[in-house]
Order: sequence, then C-alpha cells, then structure tokens
Amino acid sequence: MGLSRYTRRTFFRELTLLVIAAIWWVPFYFLVIVSLKPDLEALQSPLSFPQEVDLGNFSTAWHDAALGRSLVNSLVITGGSVLALIAIGSICAYTIARRPGRMSTALYLLFVLGIILPFQLGLVPTYAVMRHLGLVGSYLGIILLYTGIWMPFSVFLYTGFVRALPKEYEEASVVDGASTMRTFRRVVFPLLRPVTGTVAIFTGLIIWNDFFLSLIFLNGTDKTPLPVAVYTFVGAFASRWNLIFAAVIVSLAPVLIFFLVAQRQLIRGFTGGIKT
Amino acid sequence: MSTTAPGLSSTRETGRRRARSSRGAPWLWVVPAVAVVLALRYAATAAGAWYAFTDWDGISPHANFIGLDNFRKILNDPASRGALEHTLELAFTFVIVSNVLGLALALALNRTVRTRGLLRALFFAPVVMSSLAVSYIWQFIFSFSGPLNGGLGRIGLDSLKRGWTGDPNWALWTIFVVLVWQFVGLSMVMYLAGLQGIPEELDEASAVDGASTFRRFRKITLPLLAPAITVSVTLSTIYGLGVFDQVFALTGGGPVDASETLATQIYKQTFAFGRFGYGTALSLILTVLITILAVGQLAILRARESRL
Repeated sequence: MGLSRYTRRTFFRELTLLVIAAIWWVPFYFLVIVSLKPDLEALQSPLSFPQEVDLGNFSTAWHDAALGRSLVNSLVITGGSVLALIAIGSICAYTIARRPGRMSTALYLLFVLGIILPFQLGLVPTYAVMRHLGLVGSYLGIILLYTGIWMPFSVFLYTGFVRALPKEYEEASVVDGASTMRTFRRVVFPLLRPVTGTVAIFTGLIIWNDFFLSLIFLNGTDKTPLPVAVYTFVGAFASRWNLIFAAVIVSLAPVLIFFLVAQRQLIRGFTGGIKT
Repeated sequence: MSTTAPGLSSTRETGRRRARSSRGAPWLWVVPAVAVVLALRYAATAAGAWYAFTDWDGISPHANFIGLDNFRKILNDPASRGALEHTLELAFTFVIVSNVLGLALALALNRTVRTRGLLRALFFAPVVMSSLAVSYIWQFIFSFSGPLNGGLGRIGLDSLKRGWTGDPNWALWTIFVVLVWQFVGLSMVMYLAGLQGIPEELDEASAVDGASTFRRFRKITLPLLAPAITVSVTLSTIYGLGVFDQVFALTGGGPVDASETLATQIYKQTFAFGRFGYGTALSLILTVLITILAVGQLAILRARESRL
C-alpha cells in the first residue's frame, strides 16, 4: 500500500542514509590508509592514498606488540569464560526451572538481583583476594572473574528458555532409563541451542573486547589479551600511527571476520541478549 | 475422544510423577553457579561497601574504620569531584544524543529502503569492536596534525585548529563523539527491533484517515516503541556512567583532570596510588549512581509503558 511503495522520496532517503553511512566509515578509511604507509610517508602525508602498499607495519606490530601471544590469550580467556558460562549456567538454570518451589524462587531472585548489581564495587576486594590467592595474572583468575560477573545473565536467559520448553522429551528419555545427566546432555542441551547462541555471542563479545578488567588483573604479565597488548604497544610507539594502526587492525580482525561471516546471527544474538 | 483423553492424561501424569521422583535435576547442579555468584558478586560487593568506609591501603592486613572521611575527601578533591561531574555530563549527553540519532536512523531505515541490510551492518559494525582500539583511531583524527584540523584548515578555519584531546574545554567532548559514533548503531538496532513489532496496517490505516506523518509518529509509533525506548535508554545510561576505555585511550583523564570519569578515577586512585579505601568509596558512589539512575529510569519508563 501507500506507505511501503518505493517512491522518489524513498530513493532520496536511501541516498542520504548511504552518504551518512559513508561518513560514519571515514575513520576506518584513515585506519587502513595510514596502516599501509612507511614511516616517512605516514608522517608527511598521512591522508593521501598510499603510493605503494607496504605491509611492513603489520609484521613490526605483530612482533613488537606480541600480538600472536595476545591472540592466544584472548582466545583462551574468552573461550574459557564462555564455556563456563554455558556449562555451569545451563545446568543451574535447568534445575531452577524444573524444580519449582520456594528454593528455586529464591535462587532465581539471587541471579536476577545479580544482574542489576553493578560489578564495580566488588572489584577492589576481588582484586585483593585474588592477589592473596595468587590468581592475579593467571588465566584461572580472570576466567573466574568474568564467569562470576556474567553468570547471573546466563542463568537468567537459560531459565526463561527452559521454562517455556515442553517436558515431554526429557520424560521420554527418563522413561527409557537414561540418567539425568545423560538426558540433559543428549536431549535438553541441544534444545537450548538458541539461548546458548545468545549467551555465547553476547558475553563472548563483551569479554573479548574488555579492557578495564584485563588491564587491572593482567597488565604487565604474559597473559595479556589483545586490548591490553594494543594499549601497551601504543604506550611504546606513541604517535607512530602507521604502526599503531597496523596493531589496531590486527586486534580488530577476528571480530570483524566473525561479523562478516555471521552478521545476522551476531546482531540477533546481541539484541536478543539485551532485550531480556 | 472423551474416553481416551482421561486415560492418556493419567498415564502422562504417572509418567511425570515417576520421572520427578526418579530423577529431578539434582540441587547439586546449582552449586557451581551459585558459588561463583555469591563469591564474586555478593560477597565482593558487600566487602566493597565496607572498605569504602576505611583507610585501607591494599597492603596492610587490617583497615581502620574512618566513617565518612573518604566521601568528604572526594568532595574536596577537585579531580574526584570533577570526575563525578564529568561522568554525569557525559552519560546524560550520550544517552540523549545516541538515542535520538539511533531512533532517527531506525525510522529512516525501517521500511522500503533497499539496502537496509547493508546499512544496518555498516552502522552496527563499530558496536562489536573493542572500544579501546576504536578510540585510538579517533585519537589520530583529533591529533594536532590529524584529519580534523586538516579539514578545518582546508575550509579556512585555521583559528579553530587545536590538539582536541589536549584542550581542557574539548577533551571531554572528544570522548562524547567517540561514544556516540560507536554506539549509535546499537540504539538503532534496538529501535529497529521495536519498530518491527508495530503492525504496518495500523500506520497505514491512520495515514488513510489523513493523519500527518508527525502525528502518526507521536500517536502510534512512539507509544508502541516504548519498550524499546526503555531498554535502550537504560542500557546507554549504565554504559555511559561506567565509561573507561575511551577516556583512557583518548585523554587519559587529562589535561589536568579535565576529562576524568569515575571509572578512571577508581582505577587511578586504587591501582596507581594504592588508596584502596578511597577507591572503593568512589566505586560505591558509581554503584549507587548506576543503581538509582538505571533502576529509577526503568521504573519510570515501565510505568509510562503501561499507561500508554
């Protein structure tokens, strides 16, 4: 009908939007352009198109910022945290959802309040305790921290989903003589895939990009993830933008590739995580 | 039907009862999640609330209770008090501008635009990136020999040239620009999701009735968008109040504390100066701010939602 027809006005609206989007992306143009220039050219004419493509900055940044090691650190930390959030969160939510009663209501409330509670206040005591236990600067410490911070969110999402899930499949499986664990692993968990995706994408992205906590708990160690490595690198190579931007591009690459491959799922997972 | 139905339901009933008694997910399964949340959320927060009233230095085994001294010091210290003011200014402007722009983009993108998917991806891409990395791109843009000044020079506005992140009047607003630039796509996507829930017929019917675009927006779109507004505004408030990465990368809180926020002050006071008690007092202020503003806002907006 009238409102959804493609008119001249729609065309101009679309054109305006494309122009705005192009302007929005100008910073990325600078990012790529500068990263491809050798020192002198980057200093003299940073904004012109590079005379020839020079990938030297990337190898310098890769080695001097130890980006390879940081990439592994980021993968271990994010992967470990997300796995814990999924494994521990889903079984906890399953129990809460399937055993209604006073106990489960109380537990549910514990997690919901945990979402609202900002994490900043607990940060300093957590740091002190972890330092005492030797967990500052370790994978285990930071994974525990992220798991604790995001667990309420994970349990909350899973509980809502399990409650809406019919019980028939599980019951059939139990009647067939399968143990609870087996039933959960074989029957229930596969059915939870949509929430698992949301939890993984949402918490995964936030943890992957987190700088604040990893700066406090990992700075100066060999366990630093990508953002901290970039920060350290910038400190050492201040104003050498061609090198800095090469490091920035490498650090952004994994998420960008992920975004290109699974843009739709990513946006859905992100908004799905937020809306609840 | 009537003869089989009861029989069916009763076998299912016994099946369910047996299932529950024989298995029932064991309570043991909640232990790991409850333990990490109790320890890292509740116990840690409670401890933080206590240390905020002490002079703990982070090293000595015990801390002295000093009442409200930390809070008095915060109010008398220009850097910390400034951080509180900057945080509020930044969060407030960020919430307004990113939501207004996000909503405008969502409305423009909502229907009939052919490159909708592409545009959505282009605006959303910055959201998924590291705020720290993104801020460095902008530090270059704002630097003295950077593109912003270059552009100003080209259009004859040389008098406006400056090192933007090092200018006490502008430092805070460079952070604001980066925040809006990065997160407008998030508001947009949330509003787009809200708009999708509005039946097209409703809008068309009132258009046929002769309602103007603005009137339709106010009377139909906006009320039905209320849940999306609630979520987007609350979230950007929480994020805006806790902003850290952008400040750290762009200005470091300077020049002369002109762009300190609560989060950067917490970091500096605690981990650079070793004033753990003072740092937790700042955290307590931030926590109370986030809780009051976010929860208060949520309550007000939800109440409005139900009235609309």
